[in-house]
Amino acid sequence: MTAHSAFARNQWYVAAWSAEVGGDLLGRTVLGEPIALYRTGEGRAVALADRCVHRRFPLSRSRLDGDKVVCGYHGFTYDTTGTCVFVPGQKRVPRTARVGSFPVAEVDSLVWVWIGDRDAADPAAIPRAPHLAGEGWTTVSGMEPVDCDFGLLVDNLMDLSHETYLHGGHIGTPEVAETPITTEVDEEAGVVRVSRHMQDAECPPFYARSTGIEGRIRRRQDIEYFAPCLYLLHSRISPAGQDAPLFETEITYAITPSAPGRVYDFWAVSRNFAVGDPEVSGFLRDANHTVVMQDVDALNVLQRCLDTETEGYQELSINIDTGGLAARRILARLAAQ
Amino acid sequence: MSAGRGAAPGSPVHRVRWLPGTDVLRGACHCGAEHEGQDPVEMWDWLLAHPDHPAPGDAGR
Repeated sequence: MTAHSAFARNQWYVAAWSAEVGGDLLGRTVLGEPIALYRTGEGRAVALADRCVHRRFPLSRSRLDGDKVVCGYHGFTYDTTGTCVFVPGQKRVPRTARVGSFPVAEVDSLVWVWIGDRDAADPAAIPRAPHLAGEGWTTVSGMEPVDCDFGLLVDNLMDLSHETYLHGGHIGTPEVAETPITTEVDEEAGVVRVSRHMQDAECPPFYARSTGIEGRIRRRQDIEYFAPCLYLLHSRISPAGQDAPLFETEITYAITPSAPGRVYDFWAVSRNFAVGDPEVSGFLRDANHTVVMQDVDALNVLQRCLDTETEGYQELSINIDTGGLAARRILARLAAQ
Repeated sequence: MSAGRGAAPGSPVHRVRWLPGTDVLRGACHCGAEHEGQDPVEMWDWLLAHPDHPAPGDAGR
């Protein structure tokens, strides 16, 4: 059985899309912490520890009474701070009757939670993805849990040469794996950038159908990974040999470790063309979901294989792994802090 | 492009270019030192050793 990557606490993680958090309780587990999410009547997102202090019943399987959570087992009732304000059958609420709460920030249509020392939580440190809710952009999105170490998903996204082989016929073409990359690492900021610029490439169906381009393309892939959670792929497409028309697509992933061996894969595709075209939105939603599920299936299989390896197994890294290796080092450093 | 974290100007950046048409990686440390090789693991070891970059010919290279 292989060891799982250590979690980096004292960081912001995406727990949900804003649209997922409403008047019903939503249960998520982030870094092994069960969390119940909901939205108050005034519209503020709340994140409480998802276990009733009484008998550990999950609050996410309970109900809301206004802005209060009423445990679905015996009725212990909590306010938005996690303080218990009612217990059944007696007037005195024990002083220790409270559940933990997590700092929450909603930024760019993502609900971020802070896991760690709450005094250190600074929403200004949250990396931005303004296209997700920006004017002039249309976004399709989703989330898939994957039964693998979160590091496998980071590896997957940092090395897009896998598009050629795992996603051929969807987003992958031969040129992706053939084209050299440039990698930049800002150690202090914890940011890895990987660029792959293809001057004359086959246009995969994902872009041919959404942009209407026929023929070969100039394709630029510029990754920015803000460790540990936010990954942006700035994708730029134009006909080969031309600067225009330029089609900009922002591919966003939030990589949130859920528990050892389990990760949430939040994904979104934002575009600044055909913004009002529901057919293009439907196509990109289905196409990216297909791609994400190809990753999910591959990573589930890979994790099961790794789980049967003896400890200290060897792996081999080559040039395509330069960005992924940089990400691993930053994640290990963040986990050790 | 994204805003917020990572936008701090002047923070040290390591850069690794895979030279087109070759298998060679060229690493550039923020201090200006450069190094070429064909193994990304060794390249990051070299870059992150700053300021003690192993010189050409050092043992272990």
